[in-house]
Amino acid sequence: MATFDVLILGGGPAGYVCALRSAQLGLTVGVVEREALGGTCVLWGCIPAKSLLESAGLAEKLKHAAEHGISTGPVTLDFAPAMKRSRAVSQQNSKGVEFLFKKNKVTQIKGEGRITSPTTVVVKGADGKEETHTAKKALVIATGSRVRGLPQAGLELNRTTVLSSDDVLVLDHAPKRMAVIGAGAVGCEFADVFAAYGSAVTLIEVAPRILPLEDADCSAELQRAFKKRKIDVVTGAKITGTKVTDREVTIDFTENGQARSVTVDKVLVAAGRAPNVEGIGLEAIGVKRTERGFIAITDRFETSVKGVYAIGDVAGNQMLAHKGSREGHVLADLLGGQHAHPVNYGNIPSCTYCHPEVASIGLTEEQVKAKGIEYKVGKFPFSANGRARTSGNTDGFVKIIRDAKYGEILGAHIVGQSATEMIHELVVARENEFTVEEVDLAVHAHPTLSEAIAEAVLDSMGKMVHA
Amino acid sequence: MATKVMMEALSPTMEEGRLVKWNKAVGDPVAQGDVLAEVETDKAIMELVARGAGVLRARLIEEGTTTAVGKLIAVVAAPDEDIAALVGEQGQSESPPHAQEAGPTVVAAVDQHETMPSPGVAQALGVAPQAGVPQPAARAPQPAAPVPPTAPPSEQAFHAADSGGRTLASPLARRLAAERGLDIGELRGSGPQGRIVKRDIEQAIAQGAALMATARPVQPAAPGAGQPEFEDVPLTQLRKTIAKRLSESIGPIPTFYLTAEYDLTRVSELRAAMADMGPEFKVSVNDIVLKAVATALMQHPEVNAHWLGDRMRRFARVHLGMAVAIPDGLITPVIFDAHTKSLRQIAAEARALATRARERKLQPHEFTGATCSVSNLGMFGIDQFTAIINPPEAAILAIGGLADVPAIEDGQVVVRKRMRVTMSCDHRVIDGAVGAQFLQTLRRMIENPLMLVF
Repeated sequence: MATFDVLILGGGPAGYVCALRSAQLGLTVGVVEREALGGTCVLWGCIPAKSLLESAGLAEKLKHAAEHGISTGPVTLDFAPAMKRSRAVSQQNSKGVEFLFKKNKVTQIKGEGRITSPTTVVVKGADGKEETHTAKKALVIATGSRVRGLPQAGLELNRTTVLSSDDVLVLDHAPKRMAVIGAGAVGCEFADVFAAYGSAVTLIEVAPRILPLEDADCSAELQRAFKKRKIDVVTGAKITGTKVTDREVTIDFTENGQARSVTVDKVLVAAGRAPNVEGIGLEAIGVKRTERGFIAITDRFETSVKGVYAIGDVAGNQMLAHKGSREGHVLADLLGGQHAHPVNYGNIPSCTYCHPEVASIGLTEEQVKAKGIEYKVGKFPFSANGRARTSGNTDGFVKIIRDAKYGEILGAHIVGQSATEMIHELVVARENEFTVEEVDLAVHAHPTLSEAIAEAVLDSMGKMVHA
Repeated sequence: MATKVMMEALSPTMEEGRLVKWNKAVGDPVAQGDVLAEVETDKAIMELVARGAGVLRARLIEEGTTTAVGKLIAVVAAPDEDIAALVGEQGQSESPPHAQEAGPTVVAAVDQHETMPSPGVAQALGVAPQAGVPQPAARAPQPAAPVPPTAPPSEQAFHAADSGGRTLASPLARRLAAERGLDIGELRGSGPQGRIVKRDIEQAIAQGAALMATARPVQPAAPGAGQPEFEDVPLTQLRKTIAKRLSESIGPIPTFYLTAEYDLTRVSELRAAMADMGPEFKVSVNDIVLKAVATALMQHPEVNAHWLGDRMRRFARVHLGMAVAIPDGLITPVIFDAHTKSLRQIAAEARALATRARERKLQPHEFTGATCSVSNLGMFGIDQFTAIINPPEAAILAIGGLADVPAIEDGQVVVRKRMRVTMSCDHRVIDGAVGAQFLQTLRRMIENPLMLVF
């Protein structure tokens, strides 16, 4: 039994950042977490997946070693060590959060929390004992989200042949044949990893293109790269039947009306996540939810119950770690009496770390069109960029969509090596409302991949130099 | 977080304000938007609105005190927040007053000779700023306001005018503002350190539009509803030359005067007949004159017009200003869409506006936006006078008193009730004959008041 100024349910990127910042502002903070600290991001998402993608990238690179005069002998690919490495990286990061909690005097409460009143949480520890904790100033719900299967398509997660992204992160080998259902960021990343480790991958997407939330040009570019790497990309798919055994899975589907069928050893269901809103006592205190099941919040993260806040995946909007962290930070500032700017949900970057990477900020061309804004597009391919040629990664481009009249950067889309790093120039530009002219005025070093941004910007003004 | 409550410039010309009344006591909870106090500006009594929430922790001036714009007058903060540093700062905050301190959320009171609260917004809305409008004092560079070292970030400068003379604005915001003709120095920024961002420009534009909307309340389908509210008439070379030559001749507004004497026998009969029907039908001569002027203006859009420097604007609706004497000056509240209103509506509205004007309770939108004005000194026993045009309006009518005068009718001297009306005309807009024709129409109306019910 303890009392805190701020009591947080969930130690993921939203919860732990909120905890650290609140503590730094002099508030007493308790964080209830049933797993290790770090949430999906650190344990079952961003971090371990990126570790595997690094391994996959190296595997791809080795294919070109001879061009650099490096002889490797026959290359063998073994998924298990890569998986173990990713687990170690994940654990290191989790320990890092634990260290930060200690340093900032945040109390970690291990166990499963259940809200019993707007100010109290009952936590059930591993030993089954229950303890009540009280929040004086704020009770923050940051319980995140979880993978969900596709029972409606006959693909209930079974942890042997029908897997979630959590399961594939601990596979001890790359399956010979694999199907990935859903070609969002998660689906594309794992298709990339397992293709690199020698699996025959079929990537199945219901939408007419992979990465359906990205700009159509990016989807097309990635699809071209995937096809080059022999990933079987199926778009506009409709699953018509599934047969699941404990050894293999057969999926019948139509591809643009044509009937097809694949039989694979493992299926990864990478189609969507559901907010963790069950069993945490929301009903007990009457926290209102949105139509889509997320907790409804104001722009100050207030739920329908006074003193109870929600941040991160469970509170809707983009289900991204960096969105959750920002919410946690802003909420802590508000609770600590600091001046805080509201979260700008229109300027949250989106990143997919496959090879080539895809990163974007702002609106897609389709969205700009739908809004009826007059716009101009500038585009520059990495094949014309010196630095990209030196690294041998010339796939992709930079695409800038700007307002025709004012030069406002409406959207920026990058496909290519290091796209997820380069995008931030444009995130900063958009956040500060720089127009294409200010981006052009900033000198870009040579030779760098970022020069492609400067060229795309110039192209949007109709004056590309290296045209 | 603590919010400093300053004496705000509630009109562009306001340099100091007298705190008339505190509406909140120390210890009262305050929500953003609550009225903290009433402040008497150079023109009206305005509401001072809270910009932050919390508890009113300190009131630093007494009721009845006059304070310079920009001075700290109160602090709103959390109940347990330490505000000693803020209150101690009072003596240091001697920054020169800025009209710009008035946030966009406050509808600034304006000098009655202006039609719009902010020249910037006015321009953005297509209304030209007028010559001679007192502009907010040029912003001299000033040393950065001293921030006590203990002040948390929330108490640091939060709007552009505080940022040491530099106006922080995003490149996009500057472009949008330039295109809309908005003066960026007039705006308050919502970005970091008070930086002006796109949102602020959009808000200013929306607020300008909202202001126009409140100033022109929707009326029951006016004749010609759905048509444009005004027509801009480009200047011909002849008109430009006339404007230039005449301005050189007399002052910036080349005015000439037309006087006509109207017979009010029938108006008097009408009033008597209506009064007989009951007190609710009682109308004054002035009410009938207002109604007649509004109706006549609809037939003479060339008189119901503004001079905008590079063009003339002829209005399709009549927003009639009526000068009202108040204890230490005069003010011209506006009867909007007067042409659509019945005599009874005009009578009621004129009475209400006059009362509120004398109590100095008019809101800026109630005394801006007239297309033409009327001034009546008849009740002071004045037979005839000339009124000064309220620019950019092109005319004003000066109404004298009703008097029994000898008149010749059929060769006989008879006693008639007559009234003199003098019309001041801006010659750049209205030529002699045009003004005379208008007065003829007005004569038809006033001498045959039944036309007003037609």
